[in-house]
Amino acid sequence: MSTAVIKTDGLTKRFPRVTALDQLTVEVQPGVVGLVGSNGAGKSTLIKILLGLAPATAGRGEVLGLDVATRGPEIRERVGYMPEHDCLPPDVSATEFVVHMARMAGLPATAARERTADTLRHVGLYEERYRPMGGYSTGMKQRVKLAQALVHDPKLVLLDEPTNGLDPAGRDEMLGLIRRVHSDFGISVLVTTHLLGELERTCDHLVVIDGGKLLRSSSTASFTEATAVLAVEVTDHPEDLALEPGDAVRERLAAAGLSVQPEGSHLLLVRLAGDDTYDTIRDTVAGLGLGLVRLEQRRHRVAELFTDESRGGTDDVAAS
Amino acid sequence: MSLPPDTRSADTGVIHDIGYRGYTGPRLGRAYATRSLFTQSLRAAYGLGRSGKSKVLPMLVLGVVSVPAVVMVAIALATGAKALPLDYPRYLSSFAPVVSIFLASQAPVLLSRDLRYHTVPLYFSRPITRADYVRAKFAAMVCAQFLLMAAPLVVLYLGAVLGRLDFGHNTEHFLIGLVAALLYALVPSSVALVIAAATPRRGFGVAGIMGYLAISTVVVAILTRIGTATEFTVPDSAQWFALLSPNDLVESLTNQLFDVDGAVGRMHAPGGLGAVVFTAAVLAMVSGSYGLLLRRYRSV
Ligand SMILES: Nc1ncnc2c1ncn2[C@@H]1O[C@H](COP(=O)(O)OP(=O)(O)OP(=O)(O)O)[C@@H](O)[C@H]1O
Ligand SMILES: [Mg+2]
Repeated sequence: MSTAVIKTDGLTKRFPRVTALDQLTVEVQPGVVGLVGSNGAGKSTLIKILLGLAPATAGRGEVLGLDVATRGPEIRERVGYMPEHDCLPPDVSATEFVVHMARMAGLPATAARERTADTLRHVGLYEERYRPMGGYSTGMKQRVKLAQALVHDPKLVLLDEPTNGLDPAGRDEMLGLIRRVHSDFGISVLVTTHLLGELERTCDHLVVIDGGKLLRSSSTASFTEATAVLAVEVTDHPEDLALEPGDAVRERLAAAGLSVQPEGSHLLLVRLAGDDTYDTIRDTVAGLGLGLVRLEQRRHRVAELFTDESRGGTDDVAAS
Repeated sequence: MSLPPDTRSADTGVIHDIGYRGYTGPRLGRAYATRSLFTQSLRAAYGLGRSGKSKVLPMLVLGVVSVPAVVMVAIALATGAKALPLDYPRYLSSFAPVVSIFLASQAPVLLSRDLRYHTVPLYFSRPITRADYVRAKFAAMVCAQFLLMAAPLVVLYLGAVLGRLDFGHNTEHFLIGLVAALLYALVPSSVALVIAAATPRRGFGVAGIMGYLAISTVVVAILTRIGTATEFTVPDSAQWFALLSPNDLVESLTNQLFDVDGAVGRMHAPGGLGAVVFTAAVLAMVSGSYGLLLRRYRSV
């Protein structure tokens, strides 16, 4: 018996022109899990297959232990879904809409009304919930979309790009809400994004896909470690002006087993391999008689991760 | 996204924050969800649960269709008439154009809106299937149309009973009227729903349905006129043209089946063969449209 909320095995989805999912095998445990991939990576396609709405071309999938190919209606009763696109009729109030969606999930009328009031309050919608949604801000609309996914108290919610279109403050509020969905409500979350950075603080685990293929699936902690790089800038040598300081440092660091890439003429990007990476850099620079101008940690954005991959980069970011 | 500070404080306020409560009650499943969609759509057809503006047209049409019935009953009672001035099925065919306006404006409310605002995929993320969606929407539109026509018939019948008009005759014709109402609710509605499902633009839907119903009626009128030539009454050979228009088809079939409306120029399905063919046409239109709807939503 496994505790996985989502499990796929060789899941493949081919459209006439593209392969949206390519032999995807992944397991998602309870908690907040990020599904990261650039545009067209196959995130929404995966969600549709998991909901039992589109058949897979090959492979298998399970949600909450139910086969996606045969138990779609049961899965959809236990799972909440927040679509990436707009889905709110403008001439209806949030209350009216969420009550309706609760009933569509099988809740009796009274329970639907009670749960709607509770859920809208939890996502932070108050007096405005009685007004037609056409006049709502993007942030309010995203909250209603989240509320309709939660209103029937599902075991798992699939959130497709919930931060889409939000300003930085709105983004933070939404991410905070998503964190609470698991910590306070006890509901597991699968949330998609194309920005790796924004999920680091929210998710326990990250699944990265590109071109429908699994790039990596691991805990957020190990992920950020592996993708963290140090930006190093050194001074010129005080006497030996002919010495190219960057090249010299790079050679020594590479010899010490670190992965180094130059960026521009003065910067070196060194992959953080552990705490002693800092010491190695400091000692190397001092050993050459140079000074450190800058030593700071940077995070890889998911886009860089993909370029690393397509270049067949020397580093092991994707090894899983 | 930012809320005014006073509202936001409620988020952490002691009074409001009573923590999350799970739901352990019953989950009533697919059939219940389908019924909920039916009820919601039926209400939406009359603007209920939607903005105030959305109620104007449905309520206006309901008034236009029902008030004359009230007036007729009042006149019949006041003058001590022996019969209602207009028979039940005849009342419906007279108001068919008004009922068509309701259909043309509300069928897109039920279908085009869900497409336009992408609510359809959201429904399919719930337990209901695509066939359930079509069933609920179809039933809601037919019901909305039926109620619209049944309302004045009920007024007429209650008036007739109160005014002590011939009870047997009125009961029989009231029931015939209800059958006609059901046919009017089924045939034009099913075609209208196919048109509404074809476009996410409400305006196109309204224009498409109104255009189809109006033009087909005009075409039938012209062809019938040509087919009648110099004769005094419409010959059976020209009655066949009614097949081309949903409203005329229903009118002709009910006239023939129940032999009501003795007026000279009345439309009727020509003879026994006509009744069979017109009935087949009704069945084909309704089931064909239903099949097209199922196909339409298979790929949404
Ligand atoms: N119904 C469809 N028919 C044909 N191709 C499709 C269909 N749906 C998706 N695709 C293709 O499959 C690929 C994956 O699409 P998908 O929507 O799953 O990506 P995504 O990761 O959600 O991207 P985004 O970040 O843009 O939402 C894309 O190349 C897309 O064009
Ligand atoms: Mg997507």
